[in-house]
Amino acid sequence: MWSLHKLRTAENETTTMFGYYLKLGLKSLRRNPVLTALMVFGIGLGIAASMTSFTVFYLMGGDPIPWKSDRLHAVQVDNWDANEAFDDKGRLPDQMTYIDAKALMTAAKADRQAAMFKVALPIQPASEMDGRDVKPYLEIGRATYADFFAMFEPPFQYGGPWNAEQDANSARVTVITQETNEKLFGGADSVGRTVRFNNVEYTVVGVLAHWQPRVKFYDVTNGPLTDAEAAYLPFTTAIDLRLDSTGNNDCWKNADPGWEGFLASECIWTQFWVQLDSREKLAAYKSFLDAYVTEQKKQGRFPRPVATLLPDVNQWLALQEVVSRDVEIQVGLAFAFLAVCLVNTVGLLLAKFMRKSGEIGLRRALGASRRQLFLQHLVEAAVVGISGGLVGLALTAAGLIGVRALYAEYQHIAELDWTMVAVALLLAVLSAMLAGLFPTWRACQVQPAAQLKTQ
Amino acid sequence: MLELRPILSALMRSKVSLVLIGLQIALTLAIVCNSLFIISERAALMNRPSGINETDTFTVGSIGFGADFDLRASIAEDLAMLRGLPGIADVAAINATPLSDGGWSQGISLDKDQKSPTAPTALYLTDEHGLNALGARIVAGRNFRPDEISGRTRQSLAWPPGLIMSRALADKLWPGQDPIGKSFYINVEQAPSTVIGIVDRLQAPWVHKQRVVELSTVVPQVVSDGSFVRYLLRAAPGQRDAMMKRVEARLAELNPGRIVRDAKSIEKLRADVYAEDRAMMIILGVVIASLLIITALGIVGMASFWVTQRTKQIGTRRALGATRGAILRHFLAENFVITSFGLVAGTLLAYGFNAWLIQNYETARMPWYYVPAGCVTLWLLGQIAVLGPARRASRVTPAMATRSV
Repeated sequence: MWSLHKLRTAENETTTMFGYYLKLGLKSLRRNPVLTALMVFGIGLGIAASMTSFTVFYLMGGDPIPWKSDRLHAVQVDNWDANEAFDDKGRLPDQMTYIDAKALMTAAKADRQAAMFKVALPIQPASEMDGRDVKPYLEIGRATYADFFAMFEPPFQYGGPWNAEQDANSARVTVITQETNEKLFGGADSVGRTVRFNNVEYTVVGVLAHWQPRVKFYDVTNGPLTDAEAAYLPFTTAIDLRLDSTGNNDCWKNADPGWEGFLASECIWTQFWVQLDSREKLAAYKSFLDAYVTEQKKQGRFPRPVATLLPDVNQWLALQEVVSRDVEIQVGLAFAFLAVCLVNTVGLLLAKFMRKSGEIGLRRALGASRRQLFLQHLVEAAVVGISGGLVGLALTAAGLIGVRALYAEYQHIAELDWTMVAVALLLAVLSAMLAGLFPTWRACQVQPAAQLKTQ
Repeated sequence: MLELRPILSALMRSKVSLVLIGLQIALTLAIVCNSLFIISERAALMNRPSGINETDTFTVGSIGFGADFDLRASIAEDLAMLRGLPGIADVAAINATPLSDGGWSQGISLDKDQKSPTAPTALYLTDEHGLNALGARIVAGRNFRPDEISGRTRQSLAWPPGLIMSRALADKLWPGQDPIGKSFYINVEQAPSTVIGIVDRLQAPWVHKQRVVELSTVVPQVVSDGSFVRYLLRAAPGQRDAMMKRVEARLAELNPGRIVRDAKSIEKLRADVYAEDRAMMIILGVVIASLLIITALGIVGMASFWVTQRTKQIGTRRALGATRGAILRHFLAENFVITSFGLVAGTLLAYGFNAWLIQNYETARMPWYYVPAGCVTLWLLGQIAVLGPARRASRVTPAMATRSV
């Protein structure tokens, strides 16, 4: 009973003292409005610069599918020229040939697998469609396998993915996005209805809810920051209809003439992803892949030494350098800028606290302990930090609007989320308190006698 | 300098301020120099000419519906209509244009048996109107004749006998020689082609691929399988925007069994392809400006504090006969000394930062004059920033020294 009472008093004392320091801090800040404004503005600017660039960096390089990024692997095999590596950095090809994609799909050694490529889809709305007149328009689509949906987990609004049988039969089926469904069917449940792409009728089996991966990690070759596709159709159907890939097509060797020659060529234009649910399966798939390449070598393909790679999503993004160099330089510069702002704040806080030497001396003489004075001034620094953080947040929001205006492709990665707001405020307060430590320590060194004497 | 000794000894007594302002100046110098250097590099990149008329030209694409779309007939029909359109100077079907950031590249070999190509090249597939529509200048040899134009499909393996290339590519393949009539291979398994003409300059579509950007070859063929075609049009001067709308409407009218899309001026293509560089320049510009403002304000704040703190000393010096000018000079000189300390550290930091960029981002070495120019700027900035507080100091009267603060 007795100790509890004491504890409570101590607690009350701390809270009241904290409130008192807060009041003192605010009062002191109001006393030199210009100096205070300078400090708040300085921290705000530093926070804004670092948070703006860091948000872009964080969203661009961040894990786009955190719940399973370690189980999804891009498949890379080195089918390139004996005389020359695929790129200057000696990396393996970033895409795959049709023959290898087809062979790996048939082998089906992974838990899930999907080959895919980018296609251009002229969409032809029916003229009598709900009485609305929509002109034909061009969209980007993706030809892939049913496993794509199970692997990358886009949310469905209506229906679901097509099935393996439809993959095998080159069925004329499609999964469309919410946006396409809005345009073609006014947002109604369109499962079972038909759509017309490039003079071919497809049956809608599913409609996705809004889905926009921040970074289109499954096809970084054709623009990691471009919008998600408008419609998906089976890979086998696209090949059957001889739909060309509109993505990047890289060849090191001349293809034989015609469509068949193109399919049989060493040109790379498909992406290949697998889902492997355990380390053992990853190791097993790796040895399967090595064996596949060795086997192909015997048949005269793969002139380079056997090299295969199964990077997971995050390794893949790093390997393909999805975060642009400019963004990295900007982050470096922005944090150097924050450092300048902090040094600036240290100087200004020092000036401010030193100017109060007389007051500090007086308070010491009246019995305030060094610890109390230290706390008081640290609170004052934190007040500056919070104010700076709020100013910084406002400026960060403005900065991100600027970034979106400057980079048309950054629409999905230049957005402030709650994590970033919290990080910004925390960074501001920590920075200001860090900046306040030295001036506070100096302020506490004031000798009461010396100060009082000079008054 | 007259009063350097007292200034130095005063500074040594408040090392903290020296370190703080010095550090700030040092970081500012390092960031400003490197940022300015990056800005100038990007500006140089953007200033390279593409070799074509960019103000009057635009492109428009057409995609026909269905696997049985007759592309050849459609192109012939479109070109006949477009060539008769008043306000259009010239028009051609072309697979890609400079600044479009997408196209076809191949390796060029001089010898049938060589293992890897001598040089990469961009391929522009177009007809005899192509170069005139682009506004590229033929400086040697001749343009294609109408009878030399053929169609290119997936079945084509051979390359036409007579091709035109950019001067930069010819210089790379045959340095110091006349390239007209020289032969080379695009596909070593097929017959060689010869150079029939040279254009002064014709950038490849990929402006950020340093290795290939000036190297291009023009092929007298029009892609004639699939359903896609791109037209390049040059409008009469001043009529581009009006013609873009007209051409789009007329094409759609002419054949409704397709999508006409993506009418874009070459100027828009240029803006798009350099958007990231422009953004980087603007962002760095903002960083530089903010940094200079923060540093100047920091100096003002610190100097004001010193003036207040030293009011008594200033008064005493005034009482002992120092002129107002001497006080002013004291503060200016003090700032100069502090700034100089900062600049020494900043010079090292600036070169260190540059070295880091060279190592990690393959940037070039910063030319020597950036750091000296940055130093002069920061000295001036420091002097201007300290002028206000210094003038306030010079107005301190001897009487104020005896008053308590």
